[in-house]
Amino acid sequence: MIDRLLSGDLPRGRVLSFLVLAVVLALALAPILFPGQRNLDVAARICVFIVLVASYDLLLGYTGIVSFAHTMFFGIGAYGVAIASVRLGTGWDALAIGLIAALSLSAALALAIGLFSLRVRAIFFAMVTLAVASAFQILASQLSWLTGGEDGLTFRIPAVLTPGFRLSEEPILGVMITGRTLLYWGVFLVSASLFLVMLRMVNAPFGRVLQAIRENDFRAEALGYRTVVYRTSASVLSALIATLAGAMMALWLRYNGPATTLSFSIMVDILLMVVIGGMGSLYGAILGATLFILAQNYLQDLMKQAAAATQGVPLLPELLHPDRWLLWLGVLFVLSVYFFPSGIVGRLRGVER
Amino acid sequence: MSDLSAARTMPFDPWPPAVLAAAMLVPLVWIAPSTWLILTVAGFAMGMMIFIMASGLTLVFGLMGVINFGHGAFVSLGAFLAASVLTRMTGWTAPDALALNLVAVGPALIVAVLVTGALGWAFERIIIRPVYDNHLKQILVTIGGIIVVEQMIHVLWGPDQIPLPRPTAFKGSVGAGDLVFEKYRLLACVLGVAVFAGLHALLNRTKFGLLVRAGVENGAMVEALGYPIRMLFVVVFVAGSALAGMGGVMWGLYQEIITAGMGMEVMVLIFIVIIVGGLGSVGGCFLGAVLVGLVANYTGFLAPKLALASNILLMVVVLMWRPQGLYPVIRQ
Repeated sequence: MIDRLLSGDLPRGRVLSFLVLAVVLALALAPILFPGQRNLDVAARICVFIVLVASYDLLLGYTGIVSFAHTMFFGIGAYGVAIASVRLGTGWDALAIGLIAALSLSAALALAIGLFSLRVRAIFFAMVTLAVASAFQILASQLSWLTGGEDGLTFRIPAVLTPGFRLSEEPILGVMITGRTLLYWGVFLVSASLFLVMLRMVNAPFGRVLQAIRENDFRAEALGYRTVVYRTSASVLSALIATLAGAMMALWLRYNGPATTLSFSIMVDILLMVVIGGMGSLYGAILGATLFILAQNYLQDLMKQAAAATQGVPLLPELLHPDRWLLWLGVLFVLSVYFFPSGIVGRLRGVER
Repeated sequence: MSDLSAARTMPFDPWPPAVLAAAMLVPLVWIAPSTWLILTVAGFAMGMMIFIMASGLTLVFGLMGVINFGHGAFVSLGAFLAASVLTRMTGWTAPDALALNLVAVGPALIVAVLVTGALGWAFERIIIRPVYDNHLKQILVTIGGIIVVEQMIHVLWGPDQIPLPRPTAFKGSVGAGDLVFEKYRLLACVLGVAVFAGLHALLNRTKFGLLVRAGVENGAMVEALGYPIRMLFVVVFVAGSALAGMGGVMWGLYQEIITAGMGMEVMVLIFIVIIVGGLGSVGGCFLGAVLVGLVANYTGFLAPKLALASNILLMVVVLMWRPQGLYPVIRQ
């Protein structure tokens, strides 16, 4: 049963299985285990980013192409929900229309970029996506009548999903089940299903072809697989899933702006998560996203103490300043590309063998 | 094979310059001649600065097939170094005397070029050397490199954007009547053309240039003839980083406000330029840079809303026409 659910691709390795199971259980029971607004926020963010990072891994880890436009699709999803909710009023139909519009736009854009640049040379793809994504980001902040510009859009979502809604007057298992909790579980379930769908995808013949292209595109082509078609489909599928992740993010925050979903720094975050977690294994996305977001939220507290402790030593306090946490993750990123390109997942699997 | 024989007898290809000329003349239909001249100078100045930053990158790719996404780090670093030097020399930059100001900009440029060159050497050594022949890792590792350099700029210069004021003699503009040109843009044009001429002479008139050109076309053969292509590559990489640092100083003086992220922002333009020009071609990079600068300025005047998309559009159009860029580099 579990084997079928995970498409026969189990985490493998005792430590890894334990960690993945722990993260999934913690996320599933987050509203009960870690009550509190900030904790629930962190948990929801982890769910969304697991999907986002896993969808990026489809491209980077499985197909071996680097895209810098992943946040663009993330942003399209978020803007789709946000704009539809602002324009068409609060309701499920508005959400559905926004989502469908966003998905169509993402698919069209990903198809165009893929056909245009993957045809010429795979390395073009990285540069072209960087250019297109940055143009899109400027566009989103310029069209302020539609997107709210730099300020972004704040919108309302159906009342069932707001903190004001109570499932019952009595607490269940010691926790008040509010609309916010329901929304969290919705996000969790959708994320989990999307993850399983992706797992199915990479373990299907389609995924095997993608990996063949990653290893040797010339040979894959010689075997009769149209690499352009496979690469482009991978990039469209990954864009669609990123769009869904963006929609969830906007729904959770009830806000969307360029800085929350479109900025280049989020793209860098995704890269760090994929590489540190482990390229070429979707479980890497679970560990990478969890570790990174926990670090983002709690490492800074630790660094604050370290910086205070080293007060007086030249340069060290600046290096340990809480805002410089990205410096250390950047160093970790470079080191992990060199020394363990398969990331935490590869390390853990290697230890067992 | 047909490519190879074409390479041997390839005459000068007049089409790209013709396209550039057309791109310059067509806007005259909508723009008054005096405005057009001002926009052309502005576009040319912008193109020159991008060219200086991009030229090293395209050669580095041509020689070893190394794509350096961290190139922008040198741009940011150059600008910040110049800011540090120039703020210490206010006595030289404040008076409205061209000679004095140039003397002040000189050390700023030299410091920027030396330090970014040295950093380029270290970057090649530490970051890029272990990942030759692996594009995927190159992209990832160089992105990691630029993150670290950006963060180090934050550590050394603080987290905020800082001003990089132009020396007094470069402020304001010259000209009469309708024809008014910003002085700094004219300077940028002069410097850019000088760098291009220098590079052109170096590549076409010296033995070193001959080896570099041969290396771009067929690296294995150059190596087989006993020339150390890796050494050649290191030299080109260092020179390219130094040029990026110099371009960073100029770009910083042009923007007058610099941030640690400016290198990454300008990378977008640099990539468009080297793709449009043809990866590995310095001449193509020059034409591409001018084209990008001009198109950005014309559309910025005619249809400001379109300006941000104009470069992407330009790239799409050029690649539809020539999928390998204006001057495709023929390899092996």
